Amino acid sequence: MNQREKEQYLREYMALKSAGKPFFPYAVAKDSLMACVVMAAIITMSLVLGAELGPKADPTTTTYTPRPEWYFFFLFELLRVIKPAELVPLATIGVPTICMILLFLLPFYDRGPERRPERRPIATATGIFVIAAMGFLTYKGAESGPPTQIDMPTPKAVIAQGPQFTALYEKGRQVVAQSGCEACHKFGDNGNDGPGPQLTHIAKNLPRQAIARTLVNPTAPMPSFQALQQKDPAKFNAMVTFLSQLK
Amino acid sequence: MPKLKLPAPPLPPGFPKPAPKRPGTPKQKPLDVAAEAGMSVVDWVDERTSLSGGARWMMFRKVPKGTNWFYTLGSATMFAFLSQAVTGVFLAMYYRPDAGGGAYESMRHVNDDVFLGEFVHGMHKWGSSVMVILIFLHMARTFFFGAYKYPRELNWIIGVALLILTMAMSFTGYLLPFDQRSYWATIVGVNINGTGPLVGPYLSDFLRAGPEFGATTLSRFYAIHMMLIPGIIGALIGFHLYLVAKLGTTAPPWQKLPEQYRQVEEERA
Repeated sequence: MNQREKEQYLREYMALKSAGKPFFPYAVAKDSLMACVVMAAIITMSLVLGAELGPKADPTTTTYTPRPEWYFFFLFELLRVIKPAELVPLATIGVPTICMILLFLLPFYDRGPERRPERRPIATATGIFVIAAMGFLTYKGAESGPPTQIDMPTPKAVIAQGPQFTALYEKGRQVVAQSGCEACHKFGDNGNDGPGPQLTHIAKNLPRQAIARTLVNPTAPMPSFQALQQKDPAKFNAMVTFLSQLK
Repeated sequence: MPKLKLPAPPLPPGFPKPAPKRPGTPKQKPLDVAAEAGMSVVDWVDERTSLSGGARWMMFRKVPKGTNWFYTLGSATMFAFLSQAVTGVFLAMYYRPDAGGGAYESMRHVNDDVFLGEFVHGMHKWGSSVMVILIFLHMARTFFFGAYKYPRELNWIIGVALLILTMAMSFTGYLLPFDQRSYWATIVGVNINGTGPLVGPYLSDFLRAGPEFGATTLSRFYAIHMMLIPGIIGALIGFHLYLVAKLGTTAPPWQKLPEQYRQVEEERA
């Protein structure tokens, strides 16, 4: 906007403002009614949906589901969309940071005098696209709860090592299935593909020791299983055994 | 006799105007005395603070022609914040930020024993969703109406800061009930923060109060959620509102100029 356009805007705005009505009581009445609607919505949601607590936080347990509040789903889903490991930092903080900077600087790169949405096609289209993308990602995030089943067939190599080893393998399968791993990893046909890598054939690339090390000292954002290793080594061992047989 | 005089209320046309006093009517009824007492108190405060000018400036400024229901989204967001503040104070009366044992139990106590405890807890929990929805709708309105343009750029920037702070509020508040969901979601959330460029690792170390999720992490989240961010949000809302009143709310972009001004503008062009 140049000086002439600025002055023209201020003139037109003064004309519209002087033709308007006082804030009190006209706008205040609308705002108050809206406040009542907001209050009614909050009270209704509280009465209908309640605020039940889950089980107490337990760092040693493995049955958890790392689910954020629903309005963070779109950020979490972004991790799933952008899969390659070297791009993950970009997805986690890079994209949100860039979006934040773009939002902050909006008035500095969009300086045209036009205000009607239908005459600002780029801005309006971008806005609608962003809303649609966020809506889509939120929907995807709401839909994809972490499954708690792993239906892969027990490999022949495991059965061949005797019933004791097979039992350990099956226990490990159960621990992994209940540990929320499937929120981010795929096992055969189960689990979400991303943000973490597929684990269907993880033992092909990683030896047993490396799998155990990764569980204790993982790459962010994966939580560490160190507490499990210390508190319940048998469970941890079963988990590692199961994962190290996925060839 | 108070010096302060209230301006006549702007009554809609057709509304019966109060009849002026006739000579012969009794001078002061009890109601008039009570009204005058109230005025005297206001007068006393105003004589010492000169606040009436500011209040008049805030309340009796004009809003442009065509202001519609979309323009209530900002005040609705602020109202949701106030509701969060009030319910939050009541929750804080019972909450103990003790990760070792106490945080979860105190929320159990609120839910199970305290009178209307779960109701207030639910209002705070769902109020955050309502506030996030409203702040996004308010931002969408501002964006599509082009209301962030000259001269309101600074107010847009403050608004974006308020949006980010609101999201930070919900992130820090999510841990406080200290159940499984909040604990593990926060661990993943802080880890995600840690992968960010430059400040990422420092930010997550600051949030966790160390390299690992430890005993003081919960009280740190509690302090940030209860003291740090609400204070900043309150101050920024104040500044946001001051700028709204100073610059005026925008008219809808398709609002037509009144006839006499349009002619003037056409002649200018």
